[in-house]
Amino acid sequence: MATKLENTDLRPAFDVERIRQDFPILSEKVYGKPLVYLDNGASAQKPRAVIDAISAVYETEYANVHRGVHYMSQMATDAMEDAREKVRTFINARDIREVIFVRGATEGINLVASSWGRKNLSAGDEIILSVMEHHSNIVPWQLIAEQTGALLKVVPISDNGSLDMDAYAEMVCAKTKIVAITHISNSLGTITPVDEIIRIAHEKDVPVLLDGCQAAPHMELDMQALDVDFYVFSGHKIYGPSGIGVLYGKEKLLDAMPPYHGGGEMIDVVTFEKTTYADLPFKFEAGTPHISGIIGMGGAIDYINMVGIDKVAAHEQDLLEYGTSRLCGVNSLKLIGTAPQKAAILSFVMEKIHPHDVGTILDREGVAVRTGHHCAQPVMDRYDIAATIRASIGMYNTREEIDLLVAGLERVQEIFG
Amino acid sequence: MNDGLTDLYQEVILDHSRNPRNFGPAEEADLTAQGNNPLCGDRVTIFLKIDDDMISAAQFDARGCAISLASASMMTEMIKGKSIEEAMALFRKFLALVTGENSVVSGPDLAELTTLSGVSNFPTRVKCATLAWHAMVGALNGIDEDVKTE
Repeated sequence: MATKLENTDLRPAFDVERIRQDFPILSEKVYGKPLVYLDNGASAQKPRAVIDAISAVYETEYANVHRGVHYMSQMATDAMEDAREKVRTFINARDIREVIFVRGATEGINLVASSWGRKNLSAGDEIILSVMEHHSNIVPWQLIAEQTGALLKVVPISDNGSLDMDAYAEMVCAKTKIVAITHISNSLGTITPVDEIIRIAHEKDVPVLLDGCQAAPHMELDMQALDVDFYVFSGHKIYGPSGIGVLYGKEKLLDAMPPYHGGGEMIDVVTFEKTTYADLPFKFEAGTPHISGIIGMGGAIDYINMVGIDKVAAHEQDLLEYGTSRLCGVNSLKLIGTAPQKAAILSFVMEKIHPHDVGTILDREGVAVRTGHHCAQPVMDRYDIAATIRASIGMYNTREEIDLLVAGLERVQEIFG
Repeated sequence: MNDGLTDLYQEVILDHSRNPRNFGPAEEADLTAQGNNPLCGDRVTIFLKIDDDMISAAQFDARGCAISLASASMMTEMIKGKSIEEAMALFRKFLALVTGENSVVSGPDLAELTTLSGVSNFPTRVKCATLAWHAMVGALNGIDEDVKTE
C-alpha cells in the first residue's frame, strides 16, 4: 500500500529545549543565576554547529582564497563559495553574482550609498528614509547627501509605530532617486509593508534598499518575490559570527556601479595606466575576505534551515503575544511600538524609572536586555523619550524567561518603591 | 540578597534622584558646560557662579538615570562655597571612590557622596555617576563644547 507523503513535514518538531542545548552559552550563569538572554536584536548567540564550523576552517581547510594553486587554498575557496550558494538559497537570489560579502549591514549600506550614490545622485535629488531607521541607514545617506547636494526625506510613523504609508506615497516623486527603509524596526519591532513600499517606488522607477538586519533571523526571505533592489543583513544577528554580512543587489544595478574599495581580489588587469575590474561579486570584495566568518555564516544558515525559519517565526510570535500580555500587567509600564504587524521585539519604558536603572537591576537578576536609544535616536525623539528598555527575542527563548523578565521588573519596582 | 543593588540604590540616592536639589536651568551663570553620554542619550548642563575664585552657586539641568541625577544633585550641594581648587580636588577624590581605586586621594570630605561608593561594583555605571562632574570640570576649565563620557 502506497504511503501518502504529500503535506507531510519530515523535519523534527520545534523543540525549544533541544535547541537550547545547541547553544553552549545558554548554560552559563551570570551572578550565579541562569542567563536569560533577551538581547538578540543586538546580537544573537551561536549554536555549537557554527562554533564548530569556524574551528573546522582553521583546523582542516584554511588558506587564502581565490589565489593559490595549492590544495588548501582550493579547499578554503570551495568552502567560501559553498557558503555564498547557501546565502543565495537562504534569500532566494537569482544568481550568486548578486551576493556580496561585506563586514555587516552597515558596510553594505555604506557601499550602496557611496558607490551607487556617487554615480546616481546630484543636487536636489531626494533620498527617502523613515523616522525609525537605525543610524546605519541614516548616516551613510547623510554623508553622500553632503557630497552630492541630495536631500533626505523622512517618512513619519504613527503613534503605534506603523509607517505612514500615505505620507510615503506622497513623498515618492520625480525627484526621488532611492528609497532606503528598514524591513523590521530594531527599536519598535514594526514590520514595514515592504511589498507596498517597493511597488510604489517601482511605479516611479525608484530603486529600494531594505535594511534586513532584524528580518533575516525571523522570517523567510525571497529577493525575487520581493523584487527588492538592494537588501542587507548581518551574520551575527542570524546566529553566525560578527564581522561578516551580506549585500544583495540586482545584478543590473551592481554591474553599473563603480567599485567601493580598491585592492586585491577585485581586479582583472592592473597596470599603472588603467585597471579593469573583476566580475561580480568580486568587484565589491577587495582584499582577503573574512574567510572563517563567511563559512561560519554558512553554518548558521544550515542551522536555521535545519530548525526551519517558519517554525522559528511561529515560536517567536507566540512569545511576542505572551510577552506583550505579561508586560501589560506590569504597573506603570508602557510599551513603545505596538504596530499590528510586529516582530518579537518588546520595547518599553517605566514611569519615573530610567531605562539604565532598570537594565542594571535586570542584569543582576541574570536578564540581559538592551537599554538606551538603540542607535535610533530619531525614534526616541519621536516619542519624546531618551531611551527604552528592549527585550528582543530569539529562537531559543522561552515563556519561563519572559516570566523571569517580569519578575525582574517587579524587583525594579520594589527597589524604586 | 546581597547583589550590590541595595548598596547602589540607597534611599538617600533615590531621594536625590526623585527630588534633585539645585535643579533647573539658571538665569545667570558665569560658567556653564554640557555633559553628554552619547551611549544612552543622557545629558546634563552645569551652571556655576564664581565669586573671587569661589563657587558661590551651582545648579544643573539634566535628563538621566537615578545615579546620574543623584550624583549631580549631591555635587551641586557639595561644591557650593568651595574654591575652584577644592572642587577639583573633590572631583578627583570622587572619581577614585566610584572607580574603586584604593589609593588615598587627598581633598575635602566626601560626606554624603560616599553613598555612591556602590557604583564601583557596577563598572558600566561609572560614567553615569561622573557625567555631571566632567561637565563641572569642563565649565571650570572654560571648555564651551560638549564634554562627553563614554
